[in-house]
Amino acid sequence: MRVLLDHLTKRFASRTEKGKDVIAVNDFCFEIPDGQLVGLLGPSGCGKSTTLNLISGLETPSEGRILFGDRDVTAMPPEERGVGLVFQNYALYPHLTVEENILFPLQNLKGRQKMTKEAMRQKALEAARLVQIDQLMERKPKELSGGQQQRVAIARALVKIPNVLLLDEPLSNLDARLRLQTREELRRIQRDTGVTTIFVTHDQEEAMSISDLIIVMKDGVVNQIGKPQEVYDDPVNLFVAQFLGTPAINVLEGEIRQGRLRIGNEAVLEMPGKPEGPVWAGIRPEGFIQDDNGPFTCGLDRVEVMGRDVSVVCTHEKMTGRNLRAIIPAETAADVRGETVRFRLKPFKVYVFDRESGVRLP
Amino acid sequence: MRGKNNWKAWLYLAPAILFLAVFMVYPLIDVCIYALEENYSFAQGEATGIGLANFRHVLADPDFVQAVKNTFLIVVITVPVSTGVSLLISLGLSSIRRLQHLFQTVYFLPYVTNTLAVGLVFMILFRKTEYSDGLVNLLLNRIGLKTVDFIEGPYWAKMFVMCFYTVWAVMPFKILIMTSALASVNPDYYKAARVDGASSFRIFRKITLPMISSTVFYLIITGFIGAFKAYSDEVALFGTDLNAAGMNTIVGYVYDMLYGSSGGYPSYAAAAALILFAIVFTITYINLTVSRKTVQYV
Repeated sequence: MRVLLDHLTKRFASRTEKGKDVIAVNDFCFEIPDGQLVGLLGPSGCGKSTTLNLISGLETPSEGRILFGDRDVTAMPPEERGVGLVFQNYALYPHLTVEENILFPLQNLKGRQKMTKEAMRQKALEAARLVQIDQLMERKPKELSGGQQQRVAIARALVKIPNVLLLDEPLSNLDARLRLQTREELRRIQRDTGVTTIFVTHDQEEAMSISDLIIVMKDGVVNQIGKPQEVYDDPVNLFVAQFLGTPAINVLEGEIRQGRLRIGNEAVLEMPGKPEGPVWAGIRPEGFIQDDNGPFTCGLDRVEVMGRDVSVVCTHEKMTGRNLRAIIPAETAADVRGETVRFRLKPFKVYVFDRESGVRLP
Repeated sequence: MRGKNNWKAWLYLAPAILFLAVFMVYPLIDVCIYALEENYSFAQGEATGIGLANFRHVLADPDFVQAVKNTFLIVVITVPVSTGVSLLISLGLSSIRRLQHLFQTVYFLPYVTNTLAVGLVFMILFRKTEYSDGLVNLLLNRIGLKTVDFIEGPYWAKMFVMCFYTVWAVMPFKILIMTSALASVNPDYYKAARVDGASSFRIFRKITLPMISSTVFYLIITGFIGAFKAYSDEVALFGTDLNAAGMNTIVGYVYDMLYGSSGGYPSYAAAAALILFAIVFTITYINLTVSRKTVQYV
């Protein structure tokens, strides 16, 4: 089902300062197309969980509307919205078995929706099969591994066939290996069911790898919405550029002069048509080509071997934050030695941002 | 801790063991001996023989039978009522935001109030004097009912005051424990249940109650034991001659047999104490057996 968020705003009364409000979500406008998997991405405290709670109905918005399909659900309590919610800690009822946990939402149905015991069990079994836990129906949650618990939580959220499935940091409680496995699984389950799914994460890799669309939030404000690759390749501002990608983008103090990007004393790249003046230059780690005649000189710190690629860790006086990092193919790394290393830059991997506002310069 | 450091462990344990031995183990054994010694006399420090005569005497004593009856009534009435009402109050307390701490304090006040002071307040509420019939009777009269003498009147009236008093006195502790048990339930469970469409009553029955069941059960067991040991509350309301008032309890009977006006019979007191022990033991055992089937330890 299509989900429309129309000028959604949520203010909380500040606990420390009287009369001051904290704006958790600020004027969120977006239409999530039917059947898509959407990743809501941002650093902690950016309002992504609040957005999820607003969609689920656990919080009511201060302003704006939420529509599921053509139905305005803004004033509806959670139980009438038909949402499935998976919590970060799964919130499985510890005193109930896996089957009882999955049955719980069905047993709450009233009136015409009420089902027979047999029908409920059948539904629960279907949901359990979908997430491949039908062998574990008699277990208690504490007898399950983290990954299994998460599947139970997903089964419980899906058993009613919700209009929208919401997942709050679904993978953060799993270990690294399980996380990779589970996110594939999540993608599969979403494809199989076709349920419009929104999941919250602070892990950009997680969001990029399985989402149809990602929404990057900061301080309650949506910064950018788009397909993962588009957002990565075409960030609207410095924050989005920095937030997406591992290793993170290198940000250097630079200047546009005479149609060229200058970093320090070197004119590193032709950039015609940009406004003159100081800028932030963002260079993706994969935007470097090792070239002894290249225009960009860095001090060489060390080379980290990663297998297929190597990570060249460099120093540069104009670099913000820690070391500058360039990822280059292992076979071209043989020449990297000595005090300095020189690079050519791939133009489409270099972005310039306004020094004041951080907005990307066209 | 095996080997040569063992003596150190014993050394550290010694004060506690000594204390328990002198004030718990020795009296325990002594009670058993007293209970079995027939016709024991304080003055001579001698008994005529060993046997169950003391138990026979106690069980045949109408005062003891009355005391057992009273004690059981108090237990059966006050434990469920106080636990239930405390649960309701705790649920109320945890669902309000404003003034929560004020109400918590108010509900906890009886716990820090002296039993005898509370007894005095109950006297003002219930006692009939030459000048006044007491506050409760004034209210009863107002709605057209006859004056009842709650302190020296019919048995049911006295029992009502007794149970009312007991419930009121034991509730603060229960409310305190239950409020904290309720607060320790992860709110995500409630959120999950709400999203899953559960009604408030169903959330309470299916989520809240099982989650705090171990606490509720702890309160029921300690409630039973505490109520079986009732004595001081009875004295606060009806004075020291509880047999005359017909409101004696088992512990009161034990005390009377030792030090009361008709006292001086340690053997009868010991026998009565052992009978009480047997009763409490049995009830607690039953409680625990039932709990294993119903209580969720999560």
